[in-house]
Amino acid sequence: MQDFGDAFALAGQLLVSFDPDLREIVGLSLRVSVTSVLIACLLGFPLGALIAVGRFPGRGLLHVFVSAMMGLPPVVVGLMVYLMLSNAGPLGSLQWLYSPAAMMIAQTVLITPIIAALTAQVVADLNREYHALFQSLCVPAHRRVAALLWDARFSLLTVALAGFGRAVAEVGAVMIVGGNIANLTRVMTTAIALETAKGELGLALALGMVLMLIAFAINAVLMVTRARAVERAYV
Amino acid sequence: MSERIALSALEDTPSLPLQACELSYVVGERTLINAVDLTLLPEVITVLMGPNGAGKSVLLQLLHGLRVPTRGQVLCAGQPLTTAHRLRQAMLFQQPVLLRRSVAANLDFVLKLRAPEDRHAERNRLLGDVGLLDKARQPARRLSGGEQQRLALARVLAVRPRVLFLDEPTANLDPASTALIENVVRRVHQAGTKVVFVSHDAAQGQRLADEVIFMNHGEVLEQTAAVHFFDAPTTRSARDYLAGKLVF
Ligand SMILES: Nc1ncnc2c1ncn2[C@@H]1O[C@H](COP(=O)(O)OP(=O)(O)OP(=O)(O)O)[C@@H](O)[C@H]1O
Ligand SMILES: [Mg+2]
Repeated sequence: MQDFGDAFALAGQLLVSFDPDLREIVGLSLRVSVTSVLIACLLGFPLGALIAVGRFPGRGLLHVFVSAMMGLPPVVVGLMVYLMLSNAGPLGSLQWLYSPAAMMIAQTVLITPIIAALTAQVVADLNREYHALFQSLCVPAHRRVAALLWDARFSLLTVALAGFGRAVAEVGAVMIVGGNIANLTRVMTTAIALETAKGELGLALALGMVLMLIAFAINAVLMVTRARAVERAYV
Repeated sequence: MSERIALSALEDTPSLPLQACELSYVVGERTLINAVDLTLLPEVITVLMGPNGAGKSVLLQLLHGLRVPTRGQVLCAGQPLTTAHRLRQAMLFQQPVLLRRSVAANLDFVLKLRAPEDRHAERNRLLGDVGLLDKARQPARRLSGGEQQRLALARVLAVRPRVLFLDEPTANLDPASTALIENVVRRVHQAGTKVVFVSHDAAQGQRLADEVIFMNHGEVLEQTAAVHFFDAPTTRSARDYLAGKLVF
């Protein structure tokens, strides 16, 4: 066990020197989580809008289902995706287990419900405002959804970033389906868990700092865009 | 594109006269509109008056198809109200509902729906009509109340309605904006659009109306030529209303 001073010194050194191992881990983390968020938004925005404004049987049930999925523990999602991708599972032939693709699937499954549920709320609020206008103008359903999603874009950015924050910070699911294999599926959170267990606090601390930096950056982006939107009364 | 409604295709759907036949609207135990019979003719500007809660807004919403009547029906040129008719109706709400976009984008939204050929020219013409040409790029919801209502008016005109409903559009506006809106309404009427205008302002009624419909408790009490209504209303409620007394 190193002492804390050494650990911090090493972490600083790793960050400043842009250590290749560190870079690879951070790079993979970002690649996996950004991809997952993009896919989750592609699925979750329309799904949320549909729940908010759709008039079809089973809409309420779908809403309950999506909301319930929001609270799924990551390890359970990891286990489900593991079962799907393992050799005996329905998607076993893809041979995706212990690959970045598996981690993307797990994160996408994890955050799509979050994005859909939050989108449903945002869109429903805006729809209350727009409903009479849409009715009066006989706006077709797909146009309504498009207009609502577009006009809610600033709130939806918040939703997407919340999803990203959750994805990038998640450990359990990616550990199960990725396996934390060095140079292949090792991401920030799984690396931190492993290095800390080994007592190698330097790399763990450096990665922890990167994670915090990402969180700060996300919030800074959010605050700036929101302020601009508020100024124009677009939120 | 299928969702674009070519205006020419609709020219053939006659909208007028607009009629209410035994129209009733009930919510729970309350009858908000009670067996209203009305015929609204294209040639005249109709001003709808009546105390708060009389049912004016609900009646407009029924005539515009925003609410479904409990009994009775709305007829357009003798035919039951359909989407084809509704596409040639437009409604200006008391509180304008503006999209969270620029002034120009608010108009474009409607122009894209109804697909006129030269959208850009049409947009500028409409903005010019309501005196907002220099504000085209501004966020719509940052306009003043009067400017917002003028934008909402430009937006309903983009529909090129045959029937235009206005629900107290000038309730919170200054005299200049009020005059602008009244002038636009008069011009639209002269160009052949049926105007139904809700107002509490007797002076405004006298400026605009050819005929007045007076309502109370969900019933139409009078439908008379404006000259007669303001000189000698036949019902007690209308007299009280015009005299500024509370009407029961
Ligand atoms: N959905 C509804 N459920 C129950 N009551 C309603 C509903 N909509 C309207 N009302 C009631 O119907 C009555 C008539 O409302 P309406 O808005 O038509 O009045 P109005 O004549 O437009 O009044 P104002 O001059 O204040 O605008 C009111 O008493 C109102 O409370
Ligand atoms: Mg009203």
